Amino acid sequence: MIELFKQPNIDWMGKAKYFFALSGLLLLIGWSAITLKGGIKYGIDFRGGTNVDVRFAQPPDLDKLRAGLRQQGLGNSEIQGVSDIAVSNSNEVLIFVEQSGQSDQALDEGKAKVLTALNATYGVSGSSKPDFNSVTLTALANFLSQKDPLGLSVSAGDKYQVLAKNLHAYRDKEKNGVLTSLDDLAHADGANPAVISVLKDNFSLAPFAIRNVEIVGPKVGAELRNQAIRVTLYALAGMLVYIAFRFYGGQIGGSTGWAGKGAIGFALRFMDRIIFGLAAVLAVFHDVLITLGLFKIFGFEISLTVIAALLTLVGYSMNDTIVIFDRIRENSRLLRREPFAEVVNKSINQTLSRTILTSGLTFLTVLVLFLMGGQVLRAFAFALVVGIVVGTYSSFGIAAPLVVAWNRWRGKSAVAGTGTAAGNKARGNEGGSPRLATAGRR
Amino acid sequence: MNPNLKWKVVFIFAVVLICLYSIVGLPTFPTSLTQMRDNFAHQIKLGLDLQGGTHLILQVQVQEAVAQETDQTVDRLTTAMRTKNIHYDEVRRVDDTHVIVRNVSPDQDAQFRDLIHEQFENNWTLGSAPGDPNAVLLTMRPTTISAIQESTMTQSLETIERRINALGLTEPTIQPHGRVGRDNEILVQLPGEGDPAAAKRVIQAGGQLELKLVEDPNTYPSEAAALAAKGGVLPPGTELVQGSSEARSRAGQESGNVWYVLSRSPAVTGRDLRSATESRNTDMPGQWQINFVLSSDAGRNFGRFTEQNIGRQMAVVLEKKVYSAPTIQSRIEDTGRIDGNFSQESAHELAQILRAGALPASIKYLEERTVGPSLGADSVRHGVQASILSLLVVMVFMVFYYRLSGVNAVLALILNLVILLAALAMFGAVLTLPGIAGVILTIGMGVDSNVLVFERIREEIRNGKSSSAAVDAGFDKAFLTIIDTHVTTVVSAVFLFIFGTGPIRGFAVTLTIGLIANVFTAIYVSKTIFQYHLTKMDRQAELSI
Repeated sequence: MIELFKQPNIDWMGKAKYFFALSGLLLLIGWSAITLKGGIKYGIDFRGGTNVDVRFAQPPDLDKLRAGLRQQGLGNSEIQGVSDIAVSNSNEVLIFVEQSGQSDQALDEGKAKVLTALNATYGVSGSSKPDFNSVTLTALANFLSQKDPLGLSVSAGDKYQVLAKNLHAYRDKEKNGVLTSLDDLAHADGANPAVISVLKDNFSLAPFAIRNVEIVGPKVGAELRNQAIRVTLYALAGMLVYIAFRFYGGQIGGSTGWAGKGAIGFALRFMDRIIFGLAAVLAVFHDVLITLGLFKIFGFEISLTVIAALLTLVGYSMNDTIVIFDRIRENSRLLRREPFAEVVNKSINQTLSRTILTSGLTFLTVLVLFLMGGQVLRAFAFALVVGIVVGTYSSFGIAAPLVVAWNRWRGKSAVAGTGTAAGNKARGNEGGSPRLATAGRR
Repeated sequence: MNPNLKWKVVFIFAVVLICLYSIVGLPTFPTSLTQMRDNFAHQIKLGLDLQGGTHLILQVQVQEAVAQETDQTVDRLTTAMRTKNIHYDEVRRVDDTHVIVRNVSPDQDAQFRDLIHEQFENNWTLGSAPGDPNAVLLTMRPTTISAIQESTMTQSLETIERRINALGLTEPTIQPHGRVGRDNEILVQLPGEGDPAAAKRVIQAGGQLELKLVEDPNTYPSEAAALAAKGGVLPPGTELVQGSSEARSRAGQESGNVWYVLSRSPAVTGRDLRSATESRNTDMPGQWQINFVLSSDAGRNFGRFTEQNIGRQMAVVLEKKVYSAPTIQSRIEDTGRIDGNFSQESAHELAQILRAGALPASIKYLEERTVGPSLGADSVRHGVQASILSLLVVMVFMVFYYRLSGVNAVLALILNLVILLAALAMFGAVLTLPGIAGVILTIGMGVDSNVLVFERIREEIRNGKSSSAAVDAGFDKAFLTIIDTHVTTVVSAVFLFIFGTGPIRGFAVTLTIGLIANVFTAIYVSKTIFQYHLTKMDRQAELSI
């Protein structure tokens, strides 16, 4: 039997203050990165604007490109090289243009200007022939059946559609979307010299191809941003309700001096009942905040897919926490005489290898996704890679200590309802507990 | 083997077969590997981000249709009051949903109220106008507003669908988008179409055709000149319309700066068209024209109308611009033509738009995304590579760490993926790039359940239980935890599905299906494999875990 940990015996709760300090530090770093460097960096989905993804045949001269854009009045556009771990030099560039006006007709104005700038800079405008690197499938099929280079006339059927598809596929799949010579098309299925020569007579080749264009109006962006924040909060609330319900009532006990009377007392007693849910949700919220901070530090943008990753994280981070909490509850029944912190320690130790294994396996898969999933999913995968690590840490570093700290603050160091609470009370107030108490009140 | 276990095995194999059949067995039963691959491509539909194409979100300006209704009400009310000889100072539109009527003569008040009651009650409420005791305010009923908005949306959807379909693209998607009754958005997806320009031109075109009587044989060089000639006020029931800059008079002069006085109510509108086609213009060589044919009902009316107005001019108004104003020579039954400075292409496009009908309100683009086919192909490649590699990593680890039980987990995981793909095929769900990420996450999260169970079994063995008792206890005790972990992730995915669109929904769908299937494979299937294995092995032997 291969085992990660033979019989771990770590005093997790004793180290709680370090965990709280570490999390506080991470939150502070993330928060200052965000506030000092101009807020969260939103992607195009949330800020609106135009994104044009261009792939060049040769490594592009960015200064030249920038100058060309400036001539179109796009001096403040952002140019960003796209690099891939698999293909280190993809010759690919992302051009972002801020949404210029609020006027409705201008939605695709940015795109048009970028295209003009590219054409002017790379000398395509001089040629009257259409560019083969940007011809659409429909247009190509129409062109071929009009020219009929194979001399099929009426018997052509859908042969030209198929040919167009093959030529297109060759350009996009074999040549990554940018052909440098029309002669290369000879390698495509069904292309013969007659076809090539007709294409050469009628098409030019731009030294670049547009891979992707995204245009988002300003209104959509603002609306989506609010919606994303709202839906994340809803998801957290949903979690709270579910976990609170699942672990409801675990902590009812004989009231102590702190429980009080009236509304405050009621609220406190209610908190006792849902403390597992609260702690789990606080821990997950902490995961999301730290992930956001790291996003800023590593310069990733928050896009719609990143929100998807964060929401997944909200659900997934709960898993380890639930495993530990389940064990805490089970052990509370078995180990009635032990102090609560000790029960929690044992529970974490007992579940440690499965916590590390489950998170580790999922971590491996998202790491693969991060390294190989391509540029479109990079930020999405980054959120999950970071989030899974932070989420695993927070289940024993934040969620469980929060429950312990709350219990201690409420004057019950042993599991309440066992009748031994009073005896253990003195012990709970020893050592680091005053500091933990403040942490619990936060 | 005990009969219970036998039926379980049969059931699992049946599920596997059904799933495989729905992935590669449809639409025609495969006899070769290539056919299986074709079937797979047919069954698992790729999203726009993977196959390339254009995605547009546009908003129908439904408020315009409401405002138009208000305008028409002003017209109808004016006419009705004039025929009933009710005196008033002014009937005016205040805003999109309010009409004010000023100074109805007091002795005719009852008559006025009767009129409103008879003809306008359904859609309007009558109230006093704030700050003006001599005026009344008509307010459009909320039910009417939402009815107009709804019908405008439906009509826009249908029109855009007809127009896009006329372009002959493969499998376009045109569907309502956003919150029902609030956002009034339409999603248009054109798979494989790398250049949205043509589609956008066709969608955007208003296509509003009207034939109207010319009320004044003179034309004017400007709006002001026309008003001046009429003494500052246009005759009731008439309007000023500019000539189109695309239209040219017979002599070839520009007519963009010419204004016509036309009757407000059209004799024929675009809705009365039965067909429209382009042809060469016989009078002006090199130019094209559009011929239209009216439906039979409209044709009869038009015949009567032209007969009564022989010798007068009739304007062809397209998009609120006069294209031509020929003189009616004789009774015209059901055909007509639009002259203009058309090329073959523009004439063809216009004919198409006229055939599809006019949009009831203008539209505004909110979003435009074009994924080039090369990026789509890249994404597919990356996605497939990442899926296979992560699957391998997980499988190797499981077998290394849990030995024979790891093989059990691997079988369950593969079945999990098969069910996931089959569910996508059966529901006709679309596989997007985030959807592939969802598949990869399913791989990672799916084995989590196995780990939870296996770790529990190991613990039970350590506590001295026999193999079969440990297996039972392991599945029993891990069950609730597995359900819990799945519920939290699925809850997140459901919120994501409600919030997200397109690719994001694809992610939520694959993740949810994957996790639900995981409950079946990681618990039911995995346990059955264990039970089968336990019946085969020696009672005293140690479980390979």
